[in-house]
Amino acid sequence: MIKSKAELMKKYQQTKDKIENRKGKIDLKKREVLVCTGTGCMSSKSKKIVANLEEAIAELNLDVEVHGTGCLGFCEKGPIVKIMPDDTFYSQVKVSEAKEIVTEHLLNNRIYTKKLYVNPLTKQKVEKTKDIPFYDNQVRIALRNCGFINAESIDEYIGTKGYQALELSLTKSPDEVIEVVKASGLRGRGGGGFPTGLKWSFAKNNTGQKYILCNADEGDPGAFMDRSILEGDPHAIIEAMAIGGYAIGANYGYVYVRAEYPHAVERLNIAIEQARAEGLLGENIFGTEFSYDMEIRLGAGAFVCGEETALIASIEGDRGMPKTKPPFPANKGLWDAPTIINNVETYAVIPQIILNGAEWFKKIGTEKSSGTKVFALGGKVKNTGLIEVPMGITLRKIIEEIGGGVTKGREFKAVLTGGPSGGCLTKDHLDEIVDFDRLTELGSMMGSGGMIVLDDFNCMVDIAKFYMDFIVDESCGKCTPCREGTAAIHKMLADITDGKATIADLVELEKLCKMVKSTSLCGLGQTAPNPVLSTLRYFKDEYLEHIEEKRCAAGVCDGLISELFITDKCIGCTLCAKNCPVSCIAGERKELHVIEKDKCILCKDCFTRCPVGAIITR
Amino acid sequence: MIKLIINGNQIEVEENTTVLKAARELGIEIPTFCDDDRLSKQTSCRLCIVEVEGTDKLLTSCNLEVKEGMVVNTESEKVRIALKINLSLIWAGHPNDCMKCGKSGECKLQDYSFEYDVDAEPIYSVRKEAIAKNATNHFFEIDPDKCILCGKCVRICSEQVGVGALGFKNRGQETYVSFGNDNFEDAGCVSCGSCVSVCPTGALLNKTADKYRNWDVDKVRTTCSYCGVGCQMELVVHKGKIVRVDANEEGSNRGLLCVKGKYAFNFINHRDRLTTPLVRKNGKLVEATWEEAYAKINQKYLEFKGESNSFVGFSSARCTNEENYLFQKMFRQVFKTNNIDHCARL
Amino acid sequence: MEEIKITCKQIEELKLKAQQHKGKPGPLMPTLQDAQNIMGCVPKEIQMLISEELNEPVAKINGIISFYAQFSEIPKGKKVIGVCIGTACYVKGSQKILDLMVKELGIKTGETTDDHQFTLEATRCIGACGLAPVMSINEEVHGKLVTSTAKDILDNARSEN
Repeated sequence: MIKSKAELMKKYQQTKDKIENRKGKIDLKKREVLVCTGTGCMSSKSKKIVANLEEAIAELNLDVEVHGTGCLGFCEKGPIVKIMPDDTFYSQVKVSEAKEIVTEHLLNNRIYTKKLYVNPLTKQKVEKTKDIPFYDNQVRIALRNCGFINAESIDEYIGTKGYQALELSLTKSPDEVIEVVKASGLRGRGGGGFPTGLKWSFAKNNTGQKYILCNADEGDPGAFMDRSILEGDPHAIIEAMAIGGYAIGANYGYVYVRAEYPHAVERLNIAIEQARAEGLLGENIFGTEFSYDMEIRLGAGAFVCGEETALIASIEGDRGMPKTKPPFPANKGLWDAPTIINNVETYAVIPQIILNGAEWFKKIGTEKSSGTKVFALGGKVKNTGLIEVPMGITLRKIIEEIGGGVTKGREFKAVLTGGPSGGCLTKDHLDEIVDFDRLTELGSMMGSGGMIVLDDFNCMVDIAKFYMDFIVDESCGKCTPCREGTAAIHKMLADITDGKATIADLVELEKLCKMVKSTSLCGLGQTAPNPVLSTLRYFKDEYLEHIEEKRCAAGVCDGLISELFITDKCIGCTLCAKNCPVSCIAGERKELHVIEKDKCILCKDCFTRCPVGAIITR
Repeated sequence: MIKLIINGNQIEVEENTTVLKAARELGIEIPTFCDDDRLSKQTSCRLCIVEVEGTDKLLTSCNLEVKEGMVVNTESEKVRIALKINLSLIWAGHPNDCMKCGKSGECKLQDYSFEYDVDAEPIYSVRKEAIAKNATNHFFEIDPDKCILCGKCVRICSEQVGVGALGFKNRGQETYVSFGNDNFEDAGCVSCGSCVSVCPTGALLNKTADKYRNWDVDKVRTTCSYCGVGCQMELVVHKGKIVRVDANEEGSNRGLLCVKGKYAFNFINHRDRLTTPLVRKNGKLVEATWEEAYAKINQKYLEFKGESNSFVGFSSARCTNEENYLFQKMFRQVFKTNNIDHCARL
Repeated sequence: MEEIKITCKQIEELKLKAQQHKGKPGPLMPTLQDAQNIMGCVPKEIQMLISEELNEPVAKINGIISFYAQFSEIPKGKKVIGVCIGTACYVKGSQKILDLMVKELGIKTGETTDDHQFTLEATRCIGACGLAPVMSINEEVHGKLVTSTAKDILDNARSEN
């Protein structure tokens, strides 16, 4: 049991050296192996890799510990195995290769070069993690422990100064804690960007029973930072919620997690049990008057429950339908008690702000958006994964330097931010900076941090339709504009992609989008038309092309494609013919190929494969 | 008191008043499907939107509290456009059935569609699958296709009646109102018909054999005769026959009735109903005039005067409290007997 | 369709869970989640049972079950195939994978095969976007799919049944 600062510091001293050694700051002459056991790498059997590594180490009687960590971010190259303190980065490791890594690296002290990461620009093998371009430009605060500590060990968390922020907070007054958060300029990472400290002060001013909630109902299809943080650093969330509980005067907390995240739930449960056993949750924490405990509530598969009033309804045991605001949850929330809800990523940075001070955090990022933001970089970009960058970084840096540019040498077309509530940004915006306000000004939004890169094989009308299809499925059905309006928008978009729409319909579409935006009940409906409005703003010519020319240049909209045709740009490389599943392409090497129209099933495999863009749809 | 301006008219109202109510005081009716004073705020129909000076968004007036100096416009171009789209969206998924719908003439959707020029030919297309009618209740039926999901029925049943027999089922466009788990028997419904009373459209309608149009009836306000609560109701009369009972929201019952008040009115036109006094002649009860009946009572009174135990008075719960009071007074004072009872043990 | 088989033991287990949750605020969701886990579905009879145990109207319980995607009134297949159609997967062609599954299994999304082996679901982001496009079979995730590998994975799952 840790009942005082002295006891915490004693525990910290016990594991500090191990952590420092792992960082390479001190040399204990002891190696450790870190294996990513985030959901991504686990799907590539990284748990089995852990077992095989342990087995091989035991056989050779080596003094090396193996740790399953949270997500390292570079999911594209998973499963990832790191040898510390060497900082050696092995990528795409197979289960069968675990033993070789142990013999080569740990026994014979030779780098197992076969699995080193290859820099695609220089074609050079890279030994150390810090030399990989993906990790350049990143500043890891929320993700600082993800992929670095054993997520199932409270000792390791304490070894990284864990729970010191809570201890420090308890020596301050609640108002002082709120002041620090306010001064740091931290804004909600869930999407809205509301100042966290200010929100806390609203609840602080109320009396009686209060609650502190963590929104881990990550629903933006394409974002997974909350899951990764819960899987990689669950104690940070527990500590931050306890700090928040102390600041606003709440003695109980709930974490609302998607049921689709079983590993995150499991790790968080383990962490809660550990914290309870150490007395860091429960009565009289650190021997003070402050008592706080918490539990997990599972979501049940409804995107709308990410909306805070819907989330509250769901915990209360009702349909997750949003309620009108005001009253705001800070005044009347869970069981009508004042309630604070913050997102996982927001909580993850709070202990660091308390420990390092508001000024430290404020120095990172832009004036009105301080700190860092985690993005799930995905889509048609070479290095997909989870990144954390300072606010104010340019899109170009993220996409071209960290992301390594667009895959397969295709042309960058747009990047989607903010998920179904956001919009798109084009190549004209690549030098724009990323922060809450600038993205909103450009007609998109920060959202929870999904960032999906599109190339010229993606159709913008189709993307707008895709998001609207999502909203139609996920609308709770409470208010008319969202329930009926989004379905009508979806139908109008489908008419466009089917070539049935007229120019007049485009006017109606915009009118309807604006109505849904201005009259829907909750944030889901109010932002639902954004992808349509944003694509209309930047890619109107693509809409017009669908309507007037009945053509989808990206070759996505099946309703507009009646045949594939090979133009005389063909160089006769035979790639299309070789891969055609129905063998309907004929042609000699270095000669113009021809598609046999009657046999073609319009699978478009050749269309996306052609290296010179000789194949067109019509 | 708070001063504000609505559509150019200044008004002074109490604090915490909603804009919707303040407008109503000025005689400005803001359209709404889901607002009801007796129920919790759902703010879901989004029809009561207004434009407030200084705010970009359209705000729902049903939960918008008045503020000093507020300038509200309920009929601006922006509001009218949004309202027309809203109603057109509902209409797109609604059966075009007004010709034979029993609600026609009293339907809010019909009235608002007229007010805001909604085209008969739907301008939007919403992917909605038809959901079957549920007619398993004895007194009323629910037609989800005509439902606009204002949720008043769900709320009145759980918040006012205290039963919770109705609920929303599914989500998004597939949402509909259902009884229990789609099974009327399990729902715990007491058939009070409060859900029918609050329905603004033809989704919840009484089953009736009578064909009548809502503009072709008389409404007679009366007090329910079943028990002592004194519920206020309106008898809806078509060609001299009561075809329906509506709850009156001004009475102490605030628009609620029980199954008897709402639906047990068939006795009025029942062939077995007594419409004249009966007098026993030759051991048989036969119809008589009131003069005959009073004469008989008078005769018997004189015959047995002084033998108070020979009299018994039996009154009806259908009489008003005042009538029953007078009746027992007469028996105790005139007939000098306490042998007095009535049937109000229903 | 396969008949729903519920044992007395399962009912006793559920009743116990319901009583445990009843002591805490907001018992409805955890109880329903337990029911779904114990029985694989929450049929009408069980809804009635929970209604009595927790003293909540059955209309409310049915409303919750039909609102959340996790609950089901009929049992799902032995293996639940979830093809992710989150944005990251969609832009990398997961629709083709889903179309393939529909064709191969002969069922629509959300349906279960007649032999009760497979349920096909279109899931929204399981958070393995780095591996897009992905599909999951029960809790196992398969990434970086193309139609041919997806077919292999399905065939493999079939042979295990």
